[in-house]
Amino acid sequence: MRRARLNVIAVEAVGPYTLLRVARGGVDPGTPGQFFMLEAPGRILPRPMSLCAAPPGELWFLLEAIGPGTRALAALEPGDRLGVLGPLGRGFRLHVERPLLVGGGIGVAPLPYLSAALGEPPAVLGFRSGWHAEAAALVPNAEVVIDPTLVTEAMPKGYDVLACGPESMLEGVRGLAPGAQLAWEAPMACGYGACYGCVVEVDGELKRLCLDGPVLVAA
Amino acid sequence: MLLNASGCLDALAAPEVASTLDAFVTKTVTPEPRSGNRPVRIAETEHGMLNSIGLQNPGIDAFLDVTLPRLAELGVPVWVSVGGSCPEEYARLCSALERRNEVVAIELNLSCPNVASPEGDAAEIVAAARAETERPLYAKLSAAAPDLGAVARAVSDAGADGLSLVNTIRGLALDERTLEPRLGPAVGGYSGPALKPVALAAVFTCYRETGLPIVGMGGIATGSDALEFLAAGAAAVALGTVLFVDPEAPERVRRELEDELRTRGISSPAQATGLAHEGRPLRAPLSVA
Repeated sequence: MRRARLNVIAVEAVGPYTLLRVARGGVDPGTPGQFFMLEAPGRILPRPMSLCAAPPGELWFLLEAIGPGTRALAALEPGDRLGVLGPLGRGFRLHVERPLLVGGGIGVAPLPYLSAALGEPPAVLGFRSGWHAEAAALVPNAEVVIDPTLVTEAMPKGYDVLACGPESMLEGVRGLAPGAQLAWEAPMACGYGACYGCVVEVDGELKRLCLDGPVLVAA
Repeated sequence: MLLNASGCLDALAAPEVASTLDAFVTKTVTPEPRSGNRPVRIAETEHGMLNSIGLQNPGIDAFLDVTLPRLAELGVPVWVSVGGSCPEEYARLCSALERRNEVVAIELNLSCPNVASPEGDAAEIVAAARAETERPLYAKLSAAAPDLGAVARAVSDAGADGLSLVNTIRGLALDERTLEPRLGPAVGGYSGPALKPVALAAVFTCYRETGLPIVGMGGIATGSDALEFLAAGAAAVALGTVLFVDPEAPERVRRELEDELRTRGISSPAQATGLAHEGRPLRAPLSVA
């Protein structure tokens, strides 16, 4: 766990989302589903973002500018410096036989990196609109559904599901695919077990999502 | 001397951070296990952050059996923060800790804004704890007390060896769209840069009102912040919110403080304590190890 200051290479629009491309420096990209704390300029707390992709020499983060922190990150410009801490947490377990990636909205963020690690398996992605669905171009072999169709209606059976998306989607996926690996989200201050802000109850036990997650296996 | 503020670091999850401190202060331990408050527990504001963790901890028995031996293995002096609902509970916690060599000092959390206030006033709790332990006993107070100087004098008279100043103060943040509270329990503890002037005032006041060594904390993010706390009267400083952003903050703050002292021709942190006051009354040394 090291804090690094990296150079912003590009800030690109992907539909309504922002793709932040930074020079990797000596930073280990970690495994798919792990996350980094990104220091949003002018804010008190960093923001947890899963790694979207790790092309040679770069780290990519896909974010949706919906609050002061993500807006500050989206306003970065090439040449700016970005403080990062990571990789953090536990990502997806990659030893699965028939992987199926399932993503909803900004929850597609970790899937390009996961897809590359798993040899571009099939994916089902759900979005609010065709504009949001432009992010599907980042994930190979993806079937796209748009509201009001839900990803749970389009999920084929018999796969090892690896999913990231809003809580309601993850609950739906969990009901259909016992044993699915689900990437959750919770507000956190630190990302390394210090603040106890991201605690969730799993099987009656309190877990810090930053240490035991963000990827948890559905019971 | 540099510590962490209680509840702002888990030495077992991040031993490499704890090892950069002069002493590690545990998250507050209570008589029974506590699961803490319901989420959402963290909210950033413009100039600080709110938390409503609610003293989540495994309880004193599991702490003594499992956590404390593992903390001792890290080789960093351990201060244990304790919290209870009445003087008798604080006394029992201190009695249990008194029997353990791994405990270097005890901090009495008398001021958590996220749980019900304990019965009895601060001085009664300190007196009850004092009767059970000879370890250095620090009373952690809130700057929200109407007459903090009087509280500090009372806990000093009751036998406290030092003061930890300050705890978070109550704050509320609303979702700007829905106007609903952003934290699960609505109100939480406010910390970060916005707390610094409030904390400095508390340190300044209590330095004047008591002869006790003070661990100053509240919004410290740089070496010059730390120097201000020393000048206001702190004998040691603790880092809180800044640790969430920067786990390397202890090394950096220590380096910056050394630079500040050198630039000003001050020979040691102890020489900086109380510089903001007229005259330099003799102060008791801070006992750590």
